[in-house]
Amino acid sequence: MSAVPDDLRYSKEHEWVRLEGDTATIGITHFAQEQLGDVVFVELPEKSASVRQFASLGVVESVKAASDIYSPISGEVVERNVKVIEKPELVNTSPYEQGWLVKVKLADKGEINKLLSAEDYRAHIGETAGAGGD
Amino acid sequence: MPELRHTPLHERHVALGASFTDFGGWDMPVRYTSDLAEHRAVREAAGLFDISHMAEFLVTGSGAGAFLDYALAGRLSTLAVGKAKYSLVLAEDGGIVDDVIVYRTAADHVLMVVNAANIAKDEAHVRKHLPKGVAFADRSADTALIAIQGPRAADILARIAGGSVAALPPFGVKSARAAGAEATIARTGYTGEDGFEVFIDNADAAGVWQALLVAGRGDAIVPVGLGARDTLRLEARFSLYGNDIDETTGPIEAGLGWTCKLDKDFVGRDAIAKQKADGPKRRIVGLVVEGGVARHGHDVTSGGKVVGKVTSGTFGPTVAQNIALAYVPTELSKVGTALAVRIRDKDVPATVVKTPFYRRAA
Repeated sequence: MSAVPDDLRYSKEHEWVRLEGDTATIGITHFAQEQLGDVVFVELPEKSASVRQFASLGVVESVKAASDIYSPISGEVVERNVKVIEKPELVNTSPYEQGWLVKVKLADKGEINKLLSAEDYRAHIGETAGAGGD
Repeated sequence: MPELRHTPLHERHVALGASFTDFGGWDMPVRYTSDLAEHRAVREAAGLFDISHMAEFLVTGSGAGAFLDYALAGRLSTLAVGKAKYSLVLAEDGGIVDDVIVYRTAADHVLMVVNAANIAKDEAHVRKHLPKGVAFADRSADTALIAIQGPRAADILARIAGGSVAALPPFGVKSARAAGAEATIARTGYTGEDGFEVFIDNADAAGVWQALLVAGRGDAIVPVGLGARDTLRLEARFSLYGNDIDETTGPIEAGLGWTCKLDKDFVGRDAIAKQKADGPKRRIVGLVVEGGVARHGHDVTSGGKVVGKVTSGTFGPTVAQNIALAYVPTELSKVGTALAVRIRDKDVPATVVKTPFYRRAA
């Protein structure tokens, strides 16, 4: 597993998006789960809730603290990952596959352009790590 | 911001790949790999902790025991040589200045381990009441403290400190050599498991630390950071000063009334006697929270009304539940009472449960 898969788009807040037609699968990155530590609780929006790009999507709690997740994209929640609610550690063990959080029906495909490519995201976390982490 | 202080083991932690956190001005390892893995290692095998940030006071002289009877809530004058006891430093109004462990290492020789953040006020308290003929010294700057905790701890420690340490009773303390270094070894800890705390000179810390890691390799010993230290102590329902107890909380409501010996005179005695006679208006309780992680500072509610506050909360890895300590009105403190914790503006169901949340098998 690559730490930053090439086929995804990324937010600066360390969420990823996988596009399939007009549906976006959303999760948090390998880098994010590493920074958080062991995830023990995940709170996600209900099905058919609408989410806005860069607004709060939910919360993941690690042993030490709660962290907000921001939606990288606007749209309507069409599915939430029930497995990750039952087994929050999937966020750590499989951030890009079994640890996905929600699927969203896109409201505006143009928003994708506001997200980072894999290459840009790599540079972004390289800089963050270089500055001593956050 | 002033520079963070380093323990004598700092370079070991860096070499082990630890993440660090500012803990009361100390740059302390928060985890080496994973909070959950480190927590489990202590419950199932053994964990090694650097707690050198803790402070050590030495109180010496023939009147040391009698002095501590007055300065602390408990009766220390009758503490046998080679034994340790948990006690409280109280203010005149009964507020908790600190919680400490007192080790009687010789007839006229008492070691007092206090919380790093409270050194200044503890020292002021001790000095204020110190009689002639009793000497006080703060040994913190020269002393390192390593804890080894878990079911394999006794066997591992015996390999570097001799078999006699395994014969120490709980809360026993003795002098011994550990990996060739002069050490004071106590069967105490903050995890709810069997284990030891090893006091050594700073210069010997790295040698003892390394010797324990090597001696415990076959037993799957791991270094453990403050993250797991907190989940371990909360499952075992040990109070954390600054979270669960402080100068605004009294021993009775904090569930620590058993440490106060009212049949002697001590600083805070009259206030505690009154608290006891009146009965506390609120009590600290254990909560199991369904559907969210309670954290320090969250409100506790009953019927939508705020009735109390969470002082500690986390996911308990061994009990596999979200657990918390909270102060609630006495009438809502009975085991089984249904309450809620307000997490992100939602009232999440919580039930008062018996503590400790975790107790190791005898």
